Formats: sequence, structure tokens, C-alpha cells
Amino acid sequence: MFQIYLPIAEMSVDIFLLLGMGGAVGFLSGLFGVGGGFLMTPLLIFIGVPPPVAVGSEVNQVVAASVSGFMAHWRRRQVDFKMGGVLIAGGVLGSIFGVWLFGILRQIGQIDLVISISYVVMLGAIGTLMLVEALRTILRRRSGTNVRRKAHVHHWGHGLPFKMRFRTSRLYISAVLPITLGFVIGILAAIMGVGGGFFLVPAMIYLLGMPVGVVIGTSLFQITFVTATATFLHASSTQTVDVMLAGILTLGAVFGAQFGTRVGAELRGEELRGLLALVVLGVCLTLLWRLVAEPASLYSLSPTGFH
Amino acid sequence: MALALLVAVSAAPGKSAAQEIMAGLSHHAIGITADFVGTEILVFGAIESEGDIVVVVRGPRREVVVRKKAPVFGIWVNAQSAVFRSVPGFYGVASTRPLGDIVDADMRRVMEIGIDGLRLEPADMEPSVRDEFRAALIEVKQAEGLYPVEPSTVSLSGGRLFRATIALPADIPVGTYAADTFLIRDGEVVAAQSSPLIVSKAGFGAEIYNFAHRESEFYGIAAVIAAVIAGLAGNLLFRRT
Repeated sequence: MFQIYLPIAEMSVDIFLLLGMGGAVGFLSGLFGVGGGFLMTPLLIFIGVPPPVAVGSEVNQVVAASVSGFMAHWRRRQVDFKMGGVLIAGGVLGSIFGVWLFGILRQIGQIDLVISISYVVMLGAIGTLMLVEALRTILRRRSGTNVRRKAHVHHWGHGLPFKMRFRTSRLYISAVLPITLGFVIGILAAIMGVGGGFFLVPAMIYLLGMPVGVVIGTSLFQITFVTATATFLHASSTQTVDVMLAGILTLGAVFGAQFGTRVGAELRGEELRGLLALVVLGVCLTLLWRLVAEPASLYSLSPTGFH
Repeated sequence: MALALLVAVSAAPGKSAAQEIMAGLSHHAIGITADFVGTEILVFGAIESEGDIVVVVRGPRREVVVRKKAPVFGIWVNAQSAVFRSVPGFYGVASTRPLGDIVDADMRRVMEIGIDGLRLEPADMEPSVRDEFRAALIEVKQAEGLYPVEPSTVSLSGGRLFRATIALPADIPVGTYAADTFLIRDGEVVAAQSSPLIVSKAGFGAEIYNFAHRESEFYGIAAVIAAVIAGLAGNLLFRRT
């Protein structure tokens, strides 16, 4: 009923649909402590936002979502700034590479396909892992056994050259690892419009061996800066950042996230995580279906000469 | 286009073109604001003598790539593509009678009257491929409502005064449009008049669009700052909880 014209997406959308989507994804992110970018971008594509604009605008929204979480962790001194800085260095390089690749893919008409396939692979992998993990926890709880995990395992990666000391994380490891990790996250941010926390957090724990207490805060620190870089690069080179779209989604998400955090505090984790896994797999299958089903129209139009 | 018009009109017999038809538009500028849901444009005027009237509203021309999907390992991928150098962003026609009864196919092509008369200037390609992609382009544009399938009618009162409305959908492209009015008798264009129509983004949306395209770097910085402020505001708003 209340249509709003999105100036960069160049389409009219119901403002309450956008607020509702922002609220729903914000609720889920508050509930599970995830960023939500990986759900929002596909939802935007489903309502007809051109995939490149969905990515460019969502990466802008993730800046807002992550800066808020980063501030909260900063106040509690749960951020390893040195590690974060190294991750950001890799992330900035990754997002420069990602936005460059994005421009080329757009020019040859394959960006929509690459965005969709990336999402199918990523959502399929995360959804499956989450579902398995949730089921395992539920089964373990029922059988009553308790498995203890080792805090930090040394592996070959820690022995690479350019060793650096990270006092807050109590680590002395090669800088090659966090830079490479940051680089991958930067590419994900540029091509998929996500913060990449779902990938970064486990990698920081298992690959870098960081203590769990500083992982979330440090990842939010890195995500804030890398998504800000990706937003700037998309705005200046692909012109796919719709601030109107990002602003409305942020407004919905701020309130949804508060509500989600409160509900999450009272509910049990595993069943909820299993449910989120099903939502993620559902979105994954919908995207997959759109790729394999014969399209209603085989033809599409696009202007030439993107810069 | 202007040249073709001139040639066709000067070749037509009879009186001087300027006096035969007079046309005007309800508005010469359309602003696409945030709540724009499409509009109608009224073309009206008078003719001096008998004849049929055709009104053509044509959007700005752009180069367009038409891509065709084909299955690759079970996934539908953009494969073949064709470039058309001069595709109007919008094309709407109104006429007193069905176009086919007024002018023949040759004249429609010369004057670019009717969708089948459009010169889209395809890049070099096989004629069969060209025809396929041309048809596909028109089909997509029709599905988007940018090339209305149903022609509007020009109503003629007293044999002299005419009026026609052409509906413009919500997502019309911006740029300079032309509303051409033709007076046609015995299959020949006797007189023609062209009126410009400017479609531009207006209001807050236009400012955002222009900012994003003209000063992309500053727009990017502004987008980041806006997001940071929104995030901090959200954080402060709910800090006590």
C-alpha cells in the first residue's frame, strides 16, 4: 500500500514489506547472534531487487549491524585490535579484488549467476553443518554424555613465516594465516554482501586458535571495517549501493534484533538452531530451484557499458 | 529520425505541414518521486483537415544487450547475447483506427510508427538470430509494461479536435522523451509535430541517484557514515537493556 521508490534499485516496493524483512532478519540475528546478511540478500533477490543492488545495499546495512555489536564488545574489552588489524588488512585487499571481479562479471552478464551459485553453496554448507551440530547436541543431551574439547590445537599453519605476537589472544602465529582469512572474508563481502561472521568466527577459533572470549568482538571489528570498505568500493565503482534500501532495512533490523535478543535469552538453543538451519536450507533450495527450473522467460535485457 | 520525418513530410502533397496539425501535452516534465506509481500523459490538439491521427510517445534510446539463457549442467546460464544500439526505453502508440488500416508496413518502418516499425539498429548478426532476439527484446519490454501491448485510441471530436492518453508505468526510464503526432491521409503522412517530454527523478530519490552517480566516492563515504550513525544510534537506544 505504501510504495516507496528505491532510487538505485530503480523500483517501487512496499515500505512495510522492507521493514518487515528487516525486522524478521534482525529478529533472527538477535536470536542466534548471526549477522543476517546471508539471509537478507537472497530475500531481496526474491522480491525482485536486482542481485547486484541487493549485494551492494546489504553490505552497507551490515556496516550498521556490526558497528553496533562491535561497540558493545569494545566496552567489555573483548576485542583483539592487533589481530583485527591484520584481518582487516587482508579483508581490504580481498574486497578490492572482489569488487573488481564483481565489475567484470557484471560486464559479461554473469554476476547474477555467480551471486546465486555462491549463495547456494554457502547456505547449503552452513545449513547442513548447523543442522548436524544441532542434532548431535540434542542427541548428546538425551544420552547424557559430555564431551570435552581441547582449547587450542597446534597445526602446520601456525608454523608459517612472518610470525607475530598477539598479546590479547595469547598467540604467537604466522601473519599469513589471518591475512589469508581476512582476504577470503573480503571477497565474500564484495561478491555476496555478507559480513562473513558465520565463516570468520569458526575459522578464528579452529584455524587461528583464538580464545573464544575475544572472537566475536574481534570478528565484528573486522566485519565493520571490511564491509565499510566494500560499501565504499561498490558505491564508487559499481554504483549498486541503495542507501534508501539499506536505511529502511536497518530501521527494521534494529528493532527486530532487540526483540530477538530478549526471546533468545529465554529459549533453549539447540531446537532454535535446528530451526534456523532449516530456514537456511529452505532459502538455499529456493535459490537452487530458481537456477535449475526453466525460467519463465529465457531472455533478459541489460544496458551496455557499466563502468 | 528528424531527417526521415522531414523527408516524409515534405514529400507529402498538400499544404504546409505546420498548419495542418497542432498538438500539445498535458505536461512537459514528469518527476519520478519516491512515491511515483506511474502516470498518464494526455496528448491533445487540432487538425485542419480530414485524416487519421497517430500519437507515438517514445522514451530515450539506449544500447541494450539481450541475453538468452541456456542450460549448462542443469543450470540456466546466460549464454548467447545480441546487442541493439538504439532501443527506446518506452514506446507507446495511440491511433484513431488500428495502425494496419492507416499506414502500410513500409511507411510504418520509415516513420517508426508501431512496434514492428521500430529500428533498433542491431549489431552485426545472422538475420535469423537478429529476428529472434528482436522479438525477444520486444516481448521482455512488453512484459515490463514499457511497450504497451494494447494500443490506446485517439478520440476525435467534431472531426477536428483530438485527444489521447498514454499510460506511463512506475518504472519508466529517465531521459528525454518525444511525443510525435502524425496526421495521415491515404496512407501518407501529411503532417507531423513533435513535442519533447522530460522524465527525471525528482525529490529526495533524485538527489540520492544523482549523488550516487556524479560523486560516487563521496556517496560511498556518506553511505558508510550513515550506516555507522544508524548502528551507534541503535546501540545507544537499547543500551540500558
